[in-house]
Amino acid sequence: MIGLLMRDLRLAVRAGGGFGLSLAFLLIVTVLVPFGVGPSGPTLALIAPGILWVGALLSCLLSLDRVLATDWEDGSLELLATSPLPLEALVAVKALAHWLTTGLPLTIAAPILAVLLNLPGPGYPWLIASLAVGTPALSMIGTFGAALTVGLKRGGLLLSLLVLPLYVPTLIFGADTVRRAVEGLAPGTSLVLLAGITAGSIAVLPFAASAALRVNLR
Amino acid sequence: MTTALLEVTDLVCSRGGLTVFEGVHLTVGSGQVVVLRGPNGSGKTTLLRAIAGLQSPVRGQIKCEPESIAYAAHIDGTKATLTVAENLQFWAALFGAGSIDRAVEAFDLKELLSRPARTLSAGQKRRVGLARLLVTDRPIWALDEPTVSLDEASVALFAKAVEMHLASGGGAIIATHTDLGLQGETLDISQFRSSASMGGAFDEAFT
Repeated sequence: MIGLLMRDLRLAVRAGGGFGLSLAFLLIVTVLVPFGVGPSGPTLALIAPGILWVGALLSCLLSLDRVLATDWEDGSLELLATSPLPLEALVAVKALAHWLTTGLPLTIAAPILAVLLNLPGPGYPWLIASLAVGTPALSMIGTFGAALTVGLKRGGLLLSLLVLPLYVPTLIFGADTVRRAVEGLAPGTSLVLLAGITAGSIAVLPFAASAALRVNLR
Repeated sequence: MTTALLEVTDLVCSRGGLTVFEGVHLTVGSGQVVVLRGPNGSGKTTLLRAIAGLQSPVRGQIKCEPESIAYAAHIDGTKATLTVAENLQFWAALFGAGSIDRAVEAFDLKELLSRPARTLSAGQKRRVGLARLLVTDRPIWALDEPTVSLDEASVALFAKAVEMHLASGGGAIIATHTDLGLQGETLDISQFRSSASMGGAFDEAFT
């Protein structure tokens, strides 16, 4: 399992692997929004939590078609399926590798990008906390979507259509955590619900994703 | 009589709703090789995929020890941006085999080890794909057209690797059109061609 994780991380940082792509995407989104909305501080502060979370969501989506599709194209997915590693573990490791190359860098970079959107001071610790807790769910749900569409040529668009609605609860509670913190309310409840979604996805989706993979590999 | 590593009885497989073959019987014993022959579309790949567990048969039984099949398909599963050594080490780690030295030696890959797989020729890539079989440490090899794009010298290397595998008590089932000079049974799969289609049993909703 560690071998597979190391291979996926190594592939992500090599040419065309897509590491940093999602980070650059989030940077561009946060730079573009003030151009579109105008430089008014209070307006930006109001929409900052939502923009940062929607941006994180979309940049996660950007790299999902690499999670399983490249392994499918070069035949290694079939060989992995016949290896001693159970498919459930394979899917979980793939999701973990995706999180380490997208979710984790996003969590680390988000406070810096939040400055561009004039996020009020109390929001920062909760922005980091909500992203750290919520992005694993994005990777896990996304890997499930990738498993559903793995055999399809140009399945990227269908993947987005399948995955984005499933991201809604994470988005609601993630952005809500930050918004409550900014408004001086208790953000703990939203964060706990967010953690619940993440825990639920990690518990259930590896099995669902491996079942989908079995059907698609047949 | 050698012990049977793999036993296939009365196997029926379908592909895209059509029965490809029916009533296939075959046995691969320790030290034995079965060469599959047959025209395109006669079901060689389907049979090998069913044996590897990637496809469930419609009827019939495939008996073998769990996790004893090493499968190699048309495409090798080498990662273009990883070096040859990294590719092989990954498979060795995954299958729990220690060293890649034996595989490197058997397929003469020493000089290619530090090259990224994308810079290899088709035949060299194939050799890396076949070397993967040696790091899996599994007793039965199920190989689909292993000699495609190999030159004569590499085919000889491959035949030698198969002979060594058989001599160490393994078995192999190989779909191929080239003559490898191996002593073994030849099975023409076209004799099992299905007489009727399954009729109406579509497994895809939209095609």
